Amino acid sequence: MTMRIGARQPWDAQLATELIGAHLGGEGILLPILHDLQSTFGYIPEPTVPMIADALNLSRAEVHGVVTFYHDFRHEPAGRHVLKLCRAEACQSCGGDELAARAESLLGIKLGDTTANGSVTVEAVYCLGLCATAPSAMFDGRLVGRLDPAKLDGLLAEAER
Amino acid sequence: MSALRIYVPGDAAAVACGADDVALAFAAAARKRNVAIEMIRNGSRGMLWLEPMAEVATRRGRIAYGPVTPTDVDGVLEAMIADGGPHPLCIGVPDEHPFMQKQTRLTFARCGVVDPRSLDDYRAHGGYAGLARALEKTGEIVDVVTRSGLRGRGGAGFPTGIKWKTVAEAKADRKYIVCNADEGDSGTFADRMIMEGDPFVLIEGMTIAGIAVGATKGYIYVRSEYPHAIAVLNDALHMARRGGVLGGSVMGSSFAFDIEVRVGAGAYVCGEETALLDSLEGKRGVVRAKPPLPAHKGLFGRPTVINNVLSLAAVPLIMDKGAEFYRDFGIGRSRGTMPIQLAGNIKHGGLFEVAFGITLGELVDDIGGGTLSGRPVKAVQVGGPLGAYFPRALFDTPFDYEAFAARGGLIGHGGIVVFDDGVDMARQARFAMAFCAVESCGKCTPCRIGSTRGVETVDRIIAGIERAKNLDVLTDLCNTMKFGSLCALGGFTPYPVMSALTHFPEDFGAPTRLEAAE
Ligand SMILES: Cc1cc2nc3c(=O)[nH]c(=O)nc-3n(C[C@H](O)[C@H](O)[C@H](O)COP(=O)(O)O)c2cc1C
Ligand code: SF4
Ligand code: FES
Repeated sequence: MTMRIGARQPWDAQLATELIGAHLGGEGILLPILHDLQSTFGYIPEPTVPMIADALNLSRAEVHGVVTFYHDFRHEPAGRHVLKLCRAEACQSCGGDELAARAESLLGIKLGDTTANGSVTVEAVYCLGLCATAPSAMFDGRLVGRLDPAKLDGLLAEAER
Repeated sequence: MSALRIYVPGDAAAVACGADDVALAFAAAARKRNVAIEMIRNGSRGMLWLEPMAEVATRRGRIAYGPVTPTDVDGVLEAMIADGGPHPLCIGVPDEHPFMQKQTRLTFARCGVVDPRSLDDYRAHGGYAGLARALEKTGEIVDVVTRSGLRGRGGAGFPTGIKWKTVAEAKADRKYIVCNADEGDSGTFADRMIMEGDPFVLIEGMTIAGIAVGATKGYIYVRSEYPHAIAVLNDALHMARRGGVLGGSVMGSSFAFDIEVRVGAGAYVCGEETALLDSLEGKRGVVRAKPPLPAHKGLFGRPTVINNVLSLAAVPLIMDKGAEFYRDFGIGRSRGTMPIQLAGNIKHGGLFEVAFGITLGELVDDIGGGTLSGRPVKAVQVGGPLGAYFPRALFDTPFDYEAFAARGGLIGHGGIVVFDDGVDMARQARFAMAFCAVESCGKCTPCRIGSTRGVETVDRIIAGIERAKNLDVLTDLCNTMKFGSLCALGGFTPYPVMSALTHFPEDFGAPTRLEAAE
C-alpha cells in the first residue's frame, strides 16, 4: 500500500506479534497482515514468515510463496524515498519511457534499484489510474500527473534533501 | 450571508494535478478576504484535461473554472464571490459543456456532483431509491437485472443477471458478493472515479446483489495503487453502517449485509476473477481451472457473485428506473451505456459515458479532439494491455462487444489509449509480451515461457536478424499462447502483438508500401 516513510519502525518482534494477532479470527487475513507489516516496518522482515506460518497454521513455504508472489511486498527496506514511475501504455504514449530513462541516467541506477546513499528507490508501476493526465508517478505515496522532465528533476532533488 | 460553497475535486487524477494545493490556496485566500467558505471535495466530472476544476454554487447553478493552479486562486475566488463571474479560466456551467452534453450519464450521473462522503447528499440525488424498490420485490431483482441486458463491464461481457441467477439458485450456508476493483488495465480509471466520486452507488449495488442472491457478506478487492479510493470507500462504508443502509438490518428490513474492503498487492493477474478469489483467501493469485464456476464454488468454496465495479454500480439505477429504461440504450447485444475512458496522448482525455454504438473515430477525433501533441493519430489501443491496436482505417468500428470482436479486438473495460505517429509499434508488441512475462501467474507454459520467448523474438525482428523466420516464430508463438492458455492474460496477449504486426508491418522492418511499389 501507500508507503508512510516517516512511520517506518525498526524491527520489533513484539510489535510484529501484535500486528499479526490483531487479524486472527478473520477470514483470508494473510494479505492484510502482510500489508500491515510492510506499512509498519517498510518491508516484510524475514523473521515474520515463521511467525505468520505458526499463527495461521500454514507452512513456511506457503507464506514465503505468497510474500514473493506479489510485486508490492519488499524483502528488504527501500530507500528513504520511493519514486514509482508508471511504465504502462497510456504513459508510454506521452513520453513515459523517456522519463524513466532520464531518472535512470540521472541517478545512475536501474528501475528497481536504490541509490548507493540510500536516498531513493525507483520502481516501475503499471498504471496508477491517471491515464488521461499521463505520464504519472507516485512519490512516497503522493500522486504526480502530467510528469515532465522539470517535475521529475524536482522530485529527484526532493529525494536528496 | 451563508458561506460560499466551493468544490475542489479530491479525485486522484485531480490531486495528481495539484488539487490539494489548490484547495489549500482557496482556504488561505478566503481567510485573507474574510469570506466564509464551505469546501467540498467532490469527485471529478471526468473532464480531466480541465483538472483541477474548481466550482462554485451560484444562483445560476454551479459555475466551473479550470485548470486552476494555486497562483490562479486569488482571481478565481474573486470571480466566484461575484456569483460565478467571468475569469479567463471560467468554463461556465459544467453540464452545459459540449463534452458533457454529448454524454448519457447513468452510472456517472452523480460523480463530480455530490459530496462522496455524504450519505445525505447521495440520497438527495436519488441514492437508495433502487434498493428501496428492490426491497419491495426481492424475488424479482434477478429478473430485472437480466432483462436490462446488463453485461459485465470488467472485460468479458458476461450477462450479469445470468450470473446472479446461478448464485441465487445455489444452495449453501454462506454466499458472497465480491466486487472486482482491481482495475489493472492501462487506460482505465472509471472504477477509481466511481469509488472516489460516488462510493455509495457501488455499496448500494452490492447490497442489492446480496439481497438478490442471498449473500450477507461482500468484499471489495481494490488494487493497492488506489489509496484515495480505499480511503473514500472505508469512510463511506462506515457512514452506510451508521445510516442503517448496511449491517444487521438493511434499511430496516430483515436482510443483513455488510462489506469489507480488501487491498491487492500489485499483481495484474489478480484482476482475473479466480486469481482474485485466491488472493482474497490469502493465497498466491493463481488462476483456477473452470469448472467449477465461482457462481458454484467461489470464495472459500461458497457460491459467489464476482462483478466489476461498473457492473454493480449500474444496478441501483436499473432497479429504480426499470429494466426497459436501461435496455433501451445501446445497440445489438450491447445494451445500456458504457463509461468510456479516453486516455494517453489525447487532447480531451477523461470519462465519457455514452450508449453503445458510438464509433471509435467519433470518440477519438470528435470527443477527444485528437492527440495532445497535435501530431496525427497513428494507433489506439482499446481494452487495456490485452486489447488490440487499431489503425485509423478501423475508426468506423462502433463501440459494441460484437463489433470489436469481429475486427479482432475487444472493448474490455472501455479504455482507449491514443498514440501519435511517434509510436513504434514493434516496441509496443515487445511491451505486450514483456508485460505478460512479468505478470503471468505461472500456471501454463505457453504464457509463462512463451511470453519470454516472445520478447526475445521481437527483439530479433527489431534487430533485423532473420526477419522472415522470426516473424513466423512470433506468429506461431501467438497461436500457441492463444489456444494453450488457461486465462486471457496468456490467451489475449497475442491481440496487441498480432494487431501491431498486421496493421503496422512497416514498424517490424517490412518494406513500406511505397518502397515495395518501387
Ligand atoms: C488477466 C486478467 C485481468 C483482469 N482484470 C480485471 C480487472 O482488473 N477488473 C475486472 O473487473 N475484471 C478483470 N478481469 C475480468 C474478470 O476475470 C471477470 O471477468 C470479471 O471480474 C467479471 O465481472 P463482470 O462480469 O462484472 O465483468 C480480468 C481478467 C483477466 C484474464
Ligand atoms: S494464461 Fe498465464 S496468467 Fe493465465 S492462468 Fe495461464 S499462466 Fe496464469
Ligand atoms: S498507464 Fe500510467 S497511469 Fe495509467
